[in-house]
Amino acid sequence: MAKELKLMKGNEAIAEAAIRSGCDGYFGYPITPQSEVMEHLMIEKPWETTGMVVLQAESETSSINMVYGGAAAGKKVMTSSSSPGISLMQEGLTYLAGAELPALVVNVVRGGPGLGTIQPSQADYFQAVKGGGHGDYQMYVLAPASVQEMYDFVFLGWEIAFKYRNPVMILSDGAIGQVMEKLYVGPHIPRWTEEELRKNAPWASCGKPADRDHNIITSLDLDSAKQELHNHKLQAKYREMEEKEVLFEAINCEDAEYIFVAYGSSARIAQKAIQLGREKGIKVGLLRLITLFPFPKKQIAEFSKKVKGMLAVEMSAGQMVEDVRLAAEFRCPVEHFGRYGGIIHTPHEVLEALEEKIIKG
Amino acid sequence: MFNPDIIKPENLVYEKTNVLTDAIMHYCPGCGHGTTHRIVAEVIEEMGIQDKAICIAPVGCSVLAYNYFNVDAIGAAHGRAPAIATAVQRMFPDRHTFTYQGDGDLAAIGTAETIHACNRGENIVIIFINNGIYGMTGGQMAPTTLLGMKTATSPYGRTVELNGYPLQITELLAELPGTYYITRQSVHTAAAVRKTKKAIRQAFENQKNKKGTSLVEVVSNCNSGWKMTPVEANKWMVENMFVKYPIGDIKVDGEKVKK
Repeated sequence: MAKELKLMKGNEAIAEAAIRSGCDGYFGYPITPQSEVMEHLMIEKPWETTGMVVLQAESETSSINMVYGGAAAGKKVMTSSSSPGISLMQEGLTYLAGAELPALVVNVVRGGPGLGTIQPSQADYFQAVKGGGHGDYQMYVLAPASVQEMYDFVFLGWEIAFKYRNPVMILSDGAIGQVMEKLYVGPHIPRWTEEELRKNAPWASCGKPADRDHNIITSLDLDSAKQELHNHKLQAKYREMEEKEVLFEAINCEDAEYIFVAYGSSARIAQKAIQLGREKGIKVGLLRLITLFPFPKKQIAEFSKKVKGMLAVEMSAGQMVEDVRLAAEFRCPVEHFGRYGGIIHTPHEVLEALEEKIIKG
Repeated sequence: MFNPDIIKPENLVYEKTNVLTDAIMHYCPGCGHGTTHRIVAEVIEEMGIQDKAICIAPVGCSVLAYNYFNVDAIGAAHGRAPAIATAVQRMFPDRHTFTYQGDGDLAAIGTAETIHACNRGENIVIIFINNGIYGMTGGQMAPTTLLGMKTATSPYGRTVELNGYPLQITELLAELPGTYYITRQSVHTAAAVRKTKKAIRQAFENQKNKKGTSLVEVVSNCNSGWKMTPVEANKWMVENMFVKYPIGDIKVDGEKVKK
C-alpha cells in the first residue's frame, strides 16, 4: 500500500498512529510537553470517522482507570502523559499488569523530581523498567528515537500488548515529542468489530452470552497460594519477552573499541558524537536500545568481551547505566554521562566524557 | 421438618435468579449487601439484560461482588469504578454498565471519579451502599460516619473538630446537571426492599433510554462494624442514619424533588 509523507511533531505522530492503527479509545489529561497528543485527536475527531472514543478525563488517575476499563472490555485503548502525570498513573499500571490487560501508555518524559521542569529528560527510566507501582511486574518498554518511531511503535505496541496481555509503555522524551520531522504514515487499519474482539480477546468482560461463563477481570486473589501461582505465570511471561522480544540497533560497532549505550534523544546525540570521535581517530560505536524492558543483556555481555569500555549516555543522573553494568559484569569499564533536570547534552560533551572517563580513565 | 415430597413445580413460589451464581456469599447475616445483590440481579433478569450487563466491583466489603453476579465483571481499584464504567459504557453504548460501591469507595477515595462521571452525565447506573463505616478493613470511620458515632478510628465518637462533618454526597450529586435520577432507599423491611427494587429497575430503564447517570443509594446497617445485633442495628439505623440520610427520591427525571 502507498505510504503518505507528512511533517509532524512526535506527539502528533502518536495521535495519528492511534487513529490509523484501529485504536478504540484514548483517555488523557493535559500536561506539557505532550498535550499535542490529545489536541491532535480532538482536531481530527476520529469518533466521526473510525468510531474511536476520545475523552479528556479529570485527572491522570482517572484516565488510566478509563484505560483499565476499556482494556478489561477487550478494546485497544491508550493514554499519554508526562512524568508527574505518569507518577499518578502508577496505581493503574500495576492493576493493568496484575489483571493481565493489554494497554498502551505514552510517557513524554520531562525533568524531575516533583513538578521539575517542562524540558526533556530521561530520568523516568527506573520508574518505567523497575516497576513504579507496587508488586512484581514489568511493562514492555519501547524507546523511540524519532518521530517515525513514535508512529511505528504505536502499531508495535498493540501487537505486543495483545500478544502478552500486558501494558506497553512508549518511553519518549520532551525533545522527541516536540520535534517536527518527516514521517511516512500507512493506510488506516480498521478497528475490530465486536465479533473480532470476542474472537481475539475471549477473556474480555464485555457482556456474557448465554453459552459461556461470566468473565471476571481482577488482580485480586485472597488465596496466597493462588496468587503465587499467578505471579509465576507473570514471571514466565516476562522471561519469554526477554527471550523473544529484545530490540536494539548496533551502529558503527563492527570495528568499535568503545561503545556508547543510549536510547531516545541521547542515542541521536551519541550518533553525532560517533562522527566527531571517528574524525579524531577514535573507533567508537553506538548500541541504541529500542526496548528498555526487555533489556538487551546478552548483546551488552557480548560487547563487553570485545571493547575497551562503554559509556552509558542518558539524560539522568545515572539510571540505565546500572543495567549496563550488571550485563557487562565488570568485563570492561562502564561509566555514565548525562546532563539532567531538563538540560540536553551536546555531542561534544558526550565525546569529551568518553575521552575523560573511559579512554584516559 | 424438611419434607422432600413438597418440592414440586406447582408448589414453587420463589426461586433464586440465574443472574446470581451459586457461590456462597461472605456477607455478615443481617447486612444489606446480600439483599441488594439479589434485587439488582432480579432486575437484570426481569429486564432480560444479563448478556448486556457489566458489573464494576469496588474495593470494600463487596470487593468480591463479581463472584456473585452471574454477569461479566471488572474489579476496580479503590474508588475508580465510575472511571472504569465511563470507558466501558462509552465503548459499548448498548450495554448496561453498573458500579456497585460502598461509602468509603464512592465518597472518600473515589470522590473525584464519582463527581466527574456524574457531571459528565455518563449513562451508567451506580448502586451505592451507605453504612457509615469501612466494613471490610474492620470498622474504621467513613466520610458518612455520623457525628458521635464510635468506630475503630474514631473510638471516642466522631467530632467536627477532629473529623469534620458527615458527607451527604448523594444530595451533592443531585445538584449536578448530568445526574438524571437520584434516590435513597433501604432494604431493612419487605416494603423497603420492594421500593428499592423499583428504584433499581427505574435506574436501569433510564440507562436503556440513555438518560444519563442514575444513582440508587441504599442505606444499610453494618451490624458487625457497629457492634450490634442485626435487629438492634436496623433499629439504630432507622433512628439515627435515616435522620441524616432521609429515605426517598432526591431527583427524578432530571428534576430535583421538592420537599
